Amino acid sequence: MADASSQIARTVPTRRPSRFKEFWRYFSENRGAVIGFWVFLAVFLVAVFADLLAPYDPAAQFRQHALQPPFWQSGGTWEFPLGTDALGRDMLSRLIHGARFSFFVGVVVVVVAATGGILIGLIAGFAPKWLDTIIMRLMDIILAFPSLLLALALVAILGPSLLNAMIAIALVLQPHYVRLTRASVINERTKDYVISAQVAGAGLPRLMFKTVLPNCLAPIIVQAALSFSTAILDAAALGFLGMGAQPPTPEWGTMLADAREFVLRAWWVITLPGLAILVTVLSINLMGDGLRDALDPKLKRS
Amino acid sequence: MSLLKIRNLSVEFATATGPFRAVDSVDVDVEKGEILAIVGESGSGKSVSMLATMGLLPWTATITADEMSFEGRDLRTMPGRERRKLIGKDLAMIFQEPMSSLNPCFTVGFQIREALKEHLDLDRKARQARAVELFEMVGIPDPERRLKAFPHQLSGGMNQRVMIAMAIACRPRLLIADEPTTALDVTIQAQILDLLTDLQKDTGMGLILITHDMGVVAETAERVAVQYAGQKVEDQKVADLFDRPHHPYTSALLAALPERATERRLPTIPGVVPGQHDRPRGCLFSPRCKFADDRCREVPPPVQPRPIGLARCHYPLNVPAGAEEERA
Amino acid sequence: MLRYLLSRLITFVPTFIGVTLISFAFIRVLPGDPIIVMAGERGLTQERYEELVQRFGFDQPLWQQFWDYLTGVVQGDLGNSFVTNRPVWDEFFTLFPATLELSLCAIIFAMVLGIPAGVIAAVYRGKFFDRALMSTALVGYSMPIFWWALLLIIVFSGWLGWTPVSGRIGLLYYFDDVTGFMLIDSLLSGQDGAFGSAVQHLILPSIVLGTIPLAVIARQTRSAMLEVLSEDYIRTARAKGLSSGRVNGLHALRNAMIPVITVIGLSVGTLMAGAILTETIFSWPGIGKWMVDSIFRRDYPVVQGGLLLIALIVMLVNLTVDVLYGLINPKIRKR
Repeated sequence: MADASSQIARTVPTRRPSRFKEFWRYFSENRGAVIGFWVFLAVFLVAVFADLLAPYDPAAQFRQHALQPPFWQSGGTWEFPLGTDALGRDMLSRLIHGARFSFFVGVVVVVVAATGGILIGLIAGFAPKWLDTIIMRLMDIILAFPSLLLALALVAILGPSLLNAMIAIALVLQPHYVRLTRASVINERTKDYVISAQVAGAGLPRLMFKTVLPNCLAPIIVQAALSFSTAILDAAALGFLGMGAQPPTPEWGTMLADAREFVLRAWWVITLPGLAILVTVLSINLMGDGLRDALDPKLKRS
Repeated sequence: MSLLKIRNLSVEFATATGPFRAVDSVDVDVEKGEILAIVGESGSGKSVSMLATMGLLPWTATITADEMSFEGRDLRTMPGRERRKLIGKDLAMIFQEPMSSLNPCFTVGFQIREALKEHLDLDRKARQARAVELFEMVGIPDPERRLKAFPHQLSGGMNQRVMIAMAIACRPRLLIADEPTTALDVTIQAQILDLLTDLQKDTGMGLILITHDMGVVAETAERVAVQYAGQKVEDQKVADLFDRPHHPYTSALLAALPERATERRLPTIPGVVPGQHDRPRGCLFSPRCKFADDRCREVPPPVQPRPIGLARCHYPLNVPAGAEEERA
Repeated sequence: MLRYLLSRLITFVPTFIGVTLISFAFIRVLPGDPIIVMAGERGLTQERYEELVQRFGFDQPLWQQFWDYLTGVVQGDLGNSFVTNRPVWDEFFTLFPATLELSLCAIIFAMVLGIPAGVIAAVYRGKFFDRALMSTALVGYSMPIFWWALLLIIVFSGWLGWTPVSGRIGLLYYFDDVTGFMLIDSLLSGQDGAFGSAVQHLILPSIVLGTIPLAVIARQTRSAMLEVLSEDYIRTARAKGLSSGRVNGLHALRNAMIPVITVIGLSVGTLMAGAILTETIFSWPGIGKWMVDSIFRRDYPVVQGGLLLIALIVMLVNLTVDVLYGLINPKIRKR
């Protein structure tokens, strides 16, 4: 009998792939996700090296060149490859610097919302029933308000600025993390490995952060990707409504708001900032889909 | 002419980590009115080969066969419309999980009448009458009321009876029962098996019983095919198989039956069925076989002739005198 | 079923009080004296200031203020607008039909295109149709709708001149509100071309507002269909020899609709958020524009009341969706 089992070990032609490799295989199987990843990386690099890449200062005004079209249209020159806005500012430079703001918003909002949300969700998952109920009711209350409306109201209280917009958006997105974390914590808590850790005498903090949390991360990572794009969209929407970044900040949504009156006269001041938002958000969502497919074992084929 | 004839059937699934061969050159023959049992552990491909016959496998599956015919009609080349006329009418199947095999959104009556409407030329009233009759046949009390029930309002045993009623609704020539009792309580199991064999006797249909339970085989079947890791390893009449198993795997399965145990502890077969990543090079059973030698581990075994139960083995057991020469 | 309804109602009450508390807190957490902030550059006499302090009840203890507010809300009293001095409640319900009409058209647009798209994508999983539809859906899902609106205006109003840019109906037409729904009122008015004009005004805003729900519905329908298609009962249905049209369109879709309807119901919040942007861009005289305008006018009683009423509507719709979910899902109905 012992003989037989040793032979099983010997007859293993193909080994099971390692975890990261498997993740990458699933991720890269989704061609869209890989494209999204590269676009995302490109926008990220543009954001980091904005100062080096932008041909002009985003606030510099060239009044004699106001509303000049992009180079391929008659009247356009290579001097301003993507044209200029109503005040004669270079569109390309403003778009490049705009990437910075969008990234900044995305990162800050996700970090704040996720940290807070995960913490509260963990507490709710481990707390006695009454505290859990209170926390979840509170989240229900926040979720009853449409996110953009609540963010708008918060900004109305705090005063319009990019920072306040970020705080508002983070606050509005946080309940999603709380719900998600709590749900997976409750799901994991009944599993044998948690119970055995408990029996082995693990303290509550260890149980929360070391034992349970790592096993709840997959859906949270996916949620982080999704809320990154939501944050960018909402910040742009607030900017568009005049409640986010204030002019002359080259934030994409604010640029659109400035350009609204030229909607039928100068298509490029409208089209380009929106396209920048769309491409960035789309790349993140593509990546998010790939992440979900790669991390969620339920959807795996096989 | 046999009812169902399959030669060299293989089914491969495309998975993220490469193709997986779930069924590997399997032959199946069923005569009219015969009860064939297909036995094997989970993962031995017994359900998959029957699902392939029914044309019910998902799109990830690739099916190849030299022959696959039902009453002489080739199932491989038959167009979808033609095949759908056959399936559910002459060729029916019931499944392992009665609770999840019925649509939760519709009453069981609707689901039975739907099958009747699809294949038989009956009006509404006749369909209802037939449904009531079918429920009586499968032993469901108070059929009129039960027909109006949703699947979740019935017990597992009841649902399996509904499934059977649905399968025999159009008087099939062949019924495939895929582990029909596995998900049920032990007391219900016997009832369902009796029901199936009674119906088989009354209607004269062919019956393929897929199971992993040797006890069930002994009680119901006439002929047994043993499957291991996607291959058929032995095929014999029930009585002969229980008397003289030729494949070491069959022999080990029989030895694991409680009533055959000679020691206090039940003998077991060490190890598990090989999966996608650990298929041996030679005989698939070699890592778990106590008779295996180097030849078994390196060279895939041949299929022995009929007198040796079509055993797929280098060294078949209990070889009757005379059969050995035939092989040479 | 009754117990299920009751338990849902019981959780509704604390959420209701919480939502009221938040909208109550809204004016009180403004930095500085809320009355001075609201007055802004308009300035105030001492007399008027004191009158306002009394009207808002700021001289009362906080719990008393909240109690008065809560009882006021229950009786439909949300205070008066600071700018027009009309009751917030009245203003809201004058404008609400416009938003409702727009939202309904948007959601119908989204469902009519989204559900078939999702079904087709699921049935042709991994094939060209699936990829094309789902890529389009993801673009729609990632769309900044305020930009999308501007693009549509450039193309359909600017280049093609097919659709008007703002409002609910052409200036030529005038008739009284009967139902508040422009489509119905314009028909009732009997004026030539009024209905056509109303439809023209409605098209672009509906498309803009429906874009994200459309993408969400298409994606949700696809994934629900895929999940259902791998269920045992689908295999049973196919084993009966049913045509793929019947298997997909009846057996699978019926089950897949359960999560999809839930998602549609739960997208009311998204719809209201979208209405804020859409109405602002198209000068659509609904709740969303009213809220934005009020925020800019610092008309805080209106913002406060609107916040509360919108949250209540979202909550009520969610409750209805839950109940509906119970009705179409027989498994829950039993409990």
